[in-house]
Amino acid sequence: MSFFKKLKEKFTGNDEKEEVSDKYKEGLAKTRGSFSGKINDLIARYRKVDEDFFEDLEEILISADVGMATVMDLIDELKMEVKRQNIKDSEQVREVISEKLVEIYYGDETAQEVEQLNLKDGELSVVLFVGVNGVGKTTTIGKLAHKLTQEGKKVVLAAGDTFRAGAIEQLEIWGERVGVEVIKHSAGSDPAAVIYDGVQAAKSRQADVLLCDTAGRLQNKVNLMNELSKVKRVIEREIPGAPHEVLLVLDATTGQNAMSQAKTFQEATDVTGIVLTKLDGTAKGGIVLAIRNELHIPVKFVGLGEKMTDLQSFDAQAFVYGLFSDMLEEVNE
Amino acid sequence: MAFEGLADRLQNTIQRIKGKGKVTEQDVKEMTREVRLALLEADVNFKVVKDFVARVKERAIGQEVMESLTPGQQVIKVVKEELTALMGGEQSKIAVADRPPTIIMMVGLQGAGKTTTTGKLANLLRKKYNRNPMLVAADVYRPAAINQLETLGKQLSMPVFSLGTDRDPVDIANQAIEKAKADHNDYVIIDTAGRLHVDGDLMQELKQIKTDVAPDEIFLVVDAMTGQDAVNVAESFNEQLELTGVILTKLDGDTRGGAALSIKAVTEKPIKFAGMGEKLDELEVFHPERMASRILGMGDVLSLIEKAQDNIDEKRAKELEEKMRSASFTFDDFLEQMSQVRNMGPLEDLLGMLPGANKMKGLKNVQFDEKQISHVEAIIQSMTKKERQDPSVMNASRKKRIAKGSGRTVSEVNRLLKQFDEMKKMMKQMTNMQKGKKGKKGKGFNFPFM
Repeated sequence: MSFFKKLKEKFTGNDEKEEVSDKYKEGLAKTRGSFSGKINDLIARYRKVDEDFFEDLEEILISADVGMATVMDLIDELKMEVKRQNIKDSEQVREVISEKLVEIYYGDETAQEVEQLNLKDGELSVVLFVGVNGVGKTTTIGKLAHKLTQEGKKVVLAAGDTFRAGAIEQLEIWGERVGVEVIKHSAGSDPAAVIYDGVQAAKSRQADVLLCDTAGRLQNKVNLMNELSKVKRVIEREIPGAPHEVLLVLDATTGQNAMSQAKTFQEATDVTGIVLTKLDGTAKGGIVLAIRNELHIPVKFVGLGEKMTDLQSFDAQAFVYGLFSDMLEEVNE
Repeated sequence: MAFEGLADRLQNTIQRIKGKGKVTEQDVKEMTREVRLALLEADVNFKVVKDFVARVKERAIGQEVMESLTPGQQVIKVVKEELTALMGGEQSKIAVADRPPTIIMMVGLQGAGKTTTTGKLANLLRKKYNRNPMLVAADVYRPAAINQLETLGKQLSMPVFSLGTDRDPVDIANQAIEKAKADHNDYVIIDTAGRLHVDGDLMQELKQIKTDVAPDEIFLVVDAMTGQDAVNVAESFNEQLELTGVILTKLDGDTRGGAALSIKAVTEKPIKFAGMGEKLDELEVFHPERMASRILGMGDVLSLIEKAQDNIDEKRAKELEEKMRSASFTFDDFLEQMSQVRNMGPLEDLLGMLPGANKMKGLKNVQFDEKQISHVEAIIQSMTKKERQDPSVMNASRKKRIAKGSGRTVSEVNRLLKQFDEMKKMMKQMTNMQKGKKGKKGKGFNFPFM
């Protein structure tokens, strides 16, 4: 069975899955339009698979922010595959491209569990949010609080961004919207102290999940990164095994700097997962490939819009399905 | 690996070519390939890179190289000229309306830093141009956005106009202008909500504000870390609103900021300001010419000196400049200057502006924090006069005494001594560069690393 058919089969004839993939299709309309559109274009332009073809393909991938290192690896592998299968016609190479992309995407970890949020049943789980300025940490916490509350969990938020003007108020508004308690200190106070109080409050209220906000910081500010490590240590000290998740929030429009962000934040706080925000607005998503490929940090959530319900658990297969659904439909015809 | 700066990358290639007496077509090819990779890794849009590389190649392979006595220099010259051309020529000024108030509209994607930049820009207008701005909270969508602007207004003691979140942003903007006229504010800065360039309804709202208030400036605020999509964002905002300029934020991060090149290339709108930190005075006038130099690793001595002038009076700035260039300074000077330099902003920034600083071993990854500077001060203050004048007398027992006196460890003392040494070396290099410039006057082009 062809690769596309396999993928297609996974997402049709199953209502729940179809719903998920529809959300992705919708949210990724722009990403898909430009990405697979470009690949289709490429294939239409070239009859033969030659050097020029690969050069153009390279550009398509670069324009999706995939990153040079990953692009070069991918092109090399594709060239080998084309040689091995003795492909001459560009039509045939379409499937090989998609297959390779998915392969890079999954890497060795095909297990679905890596994409699940690691939450403990019946005891307090702590999730720490980190990231640079303006990626959408506070908004993501609001959305996730909503999601978890819908699942019947008792959630407490800790307003650890004591630096940016209006950040505490922003989280408070989310707290009101979702109907969860927000633990806060005044602006300018020590974030570690806020988080400490958050942990104590969450314990005494027997909450299921504590979501900790932190101030955005550029990863090259050493003292700010140290401050973040300290916040994490406070959580570790108060609850053994916590934080259960450290989520790095990344803006999908970010270019190659996302890799530097992932690396530095990983060093400072042992990032366990990524939330990719603003994916609805960008024609990209390629950075996900690069991060999975180079850093092996799984993407756990994707922000696909501005509404409270627009945070989706990351489903790599649905993502790929969304990305390639135009091609899939063509195959079906 | 991939995080080599554009400057490092180009300099590596330059080093290779430098030794040769003649640059072959193959060399140029190799070099332009490096340029291409470096620019792509720096997030410069691939189309922009393509054009750029083609232009460099054409010019470099042509006559210019053949006629040159030092071909390496010629190639760099071409790269630098093209880069400068791409970045735009002279810096541009902020508009002043014939009849006040001058109206500025801030637009951009979510999280680019519009609200923070609104505060910074207002601060700059007051501090540098002696203006009296009013801020307008027209972001009614993001929770607490108005609150954020009001907090900034309070910090700056500046008026913030808001009508809460239930009103139409177009209304808010219109009423704000009336209020500004009545209150004699000569600048009005309208902070709008972040939006996607593909969001038709929200873009329509911006167009309506534009039609109603007829702003003198429409600034697109762009995150310097933006990837390939920066081109589409800038193009789309520009098409729909006819931008007058761009403000680049978060440039104090370790991003290589290729977005700046791309945006300039596709919109042909000047980048007017750059956000260089989280504090309200960390917005700087953007200097395209200097940015191109900085990309090439030639440092930014001009920015450095300007920074000094902003914070210390001219006479002292001159002294400082002289001392930095003479490289003849002691720990005493170091101590004295440290307090002045501290007023100029984070030391890493200053180092980044020094030519070749990113190539210097031991300096490349030096990180400073304010606490460390106090430690350094303590260590120097624990030295005797003789030690400060001539660090070469230092021995184990002296170091031990200094460590004890300052409450630091011997290894910290050692580290400082080493850093001081590196610093002197760096200054020597700057001096040489100066001499070189004077010596070869008339010959025109000269690079510190050649």
